[in-house]
Amino acid sequence: MSEASVQRIETAAVSQRVPIAVLVVLVLAAPWVVYPVFAMKALCFALFACAFNLLLGYVGLLSFGHALFFGGASYASAHAALVWGWPPELAVLFSMVVGAALGLLVGLIAIRRQGIYFAMITLALAQMFYFYCLRAEFTGGENGIQAVPRGHLENRYAMYYFVAGVFLAGFLIIYRIIHSPFGQVLKAIRENEPRAISLGYKADRYKVLAFVLSASLAALAGGTKAIVFQLASLTDVHWGMSGEVILMTLIGGMGTIFGPVAGAVFFTTIENYLSQAGSWVLVAEGAIFVVSVLAFRRGMFGELSRLLKRPL
Amino acid sequence: MILAVPVQALFGQLLIGLINGSFYALLSLGLAIIFGLLNVVNFAHGALYMLGAFVAWFLLEKAGIGYWPALLLAPLAVGLLGAAIERTLLRRLTGLDPLYGLLLTYGLALILQGVFLNFFGSSGLPYEMPTQLQGGQALPFMFLPNYRMWVIGVSLIICLGTWAVTEGTRLGSRLRAATENAPLVSAFGINVPRMITVTYALGVGLAALAGVLAAPIYRVGPLMGADLIIVVFAVVVIGGMGSILGSIITGFVLGILEGLTKVFYPEASNTVIFVVMAIVLLVRPAGLFGKQA
Repeated sequence: MSEASVQRIETAAVSQRVPIAVLVVLVLAAPWVVYPVFAMKALCFALFACAFNLLLGYVGLLSFGHALFFGGASYASAHAALVWGWPPELAVLFSMVVGAALGLLVGLIAIRRQGIYFAMITLALAQMFYFYCLRAEFTGGENGIQAVPRGHLENRYAMYYFVAGVFLAGFLIIYRIIHSPFGQVLKAIRENEPRAISLGYKADRYKVLAFVLSASLAALAGGTKAIVFQLASLTDVHWGMSGEVILMTLIGGMGTIFGPVAGAVFFTTIENYLSQAGSWVLVAEGAIFVVSVLAFRRGMFGELSRLLKRPL
Repeated sequence: MILAVPVQALFGQLLIGLINGSFYALLSLGLAIIFGLLNVVNFAHGALYMLGAFVAWFLLEKAGIGYWPALLLAPLAVGLLGAAIERTLLRRLTGLDPLYGLLLTYGLALILQGVFLNFFGSSGLPYEMPTQLQGGQALPFMFLPNYRMWVIGVSLIICLGTWAVTEGTRLGSRLRAATENAPLVSAFGINVPRMITVTYALGVGLAALAGVLAAPIYRVGPLMGADLIIVVFAVVVIGGMGSILGSIITGFVLGILEGLTKVFYPEASNTVIFVVMAIVLLVRPAGLFGKQA
């Protein structure tokens, strides 16, 4: 992504202790305020969006195929839990490993081109994976993998706090990555790749590693979602899902730490209200895309951090 | 028999491959000229192809206007819509990262598909073939439907015609110059903004034309362009967007390849183009006809 086009407020040395504490309190209190299922869905999407944002916001790579990792992991975790009878923690962990492997494979191919081509290549590879899932035996085709057992997490509050733990762990990992020396190099590559290379950084290796990390964390979200909804289906690998995670990140604020979370909550809410409206959900999504791109490119947290004059 | 595949099946799939290739070529050609001048990857291309087919369907069902006028009217209508989109929306993104153009047109595609899904459902509507093109030729080894020959012929003529215009006319040389360096061209007194509008309208007009051509073969449905556009993206990555002739050739060749895969290894027919894309990226990242990496 070229440096001139995106205005950001750098997330450098300012401490984020207060906003993170607020987030933790909100996450812990959520199931007592809203429906736990709704809150779990929002948290899975939030982690997915944060993982996606690690790539778009901090390396400047737009992946239009992140449904591959989210959906692929949801199949992996559903399969492990249902067919192999693994406990949910192990199933989710396994799905993360699968996500990392898929991420390495796709990353190595996709980083051979830059910019807009990167988006088209990831989209095409994800579509290939979609067709594979459509035909493969273990995915159950159009039916998906249903009745995935939750194991010892039958109690909905136990389930919720498991999801909350996964989300917070993932979120803090991403926070650490962004603020590590590795994260600084990623930002340097985003701002000026040739200069980073001339300084001796192997930009391609950094990009692949960032891609694998982003894919693994998206997989963590997808694997958890399969346990929560006890279902892995083609919806999760479809390009529509890749579009939705972009939408969440865009309205929340790409390149901000908290924006994707807000975007995911916002998106889950409107999807909830429009669930009876059929295809109008698509129209609403499209309209939000158009309006955001034209007039709201910083997103909620981008605008907020501009008002408060501090990175968020 | 070739490799235990009946000759009839082989030629049948080759023909289907050529038909698909015609659509890939028409669509990737439009994408390539739009990208060249606007620096926008037009995600709405598939939705506008669908819109072209629907305009033809409306003309026939609601106004009794048949296939032949629709062949002209639908691209014209969609082209006008395209001009409006360019003037009111895409123009505002000039100078921004091209990713925003992709996201904006993705949003437009969702809106179009959502509206049509809502009124027509996902199953699709039949569109009758024009009487002049019904029937076919019985060749010794296969039956050759007239309409399919017509689609391949029209597509070839339009594609090569567009290529000839861009390479051999004053308009085309201005277009190529503006693609290289727009500020310089406008310094020569050429109205570049108008050229951009016309180019976008032309590109989506080609998509609409492909939609009308497709209407009698496939059913007219809201999602007919949704998966197609992703395949066309892969075609464009393989060919490299820099070359117009390159995108035409790549389109036809990949269509044929897909048809052949259907004969020899049907399980992979949906994915073969994506596999080719991955291989091309590993071997020749710039694409077969691309200039820069």
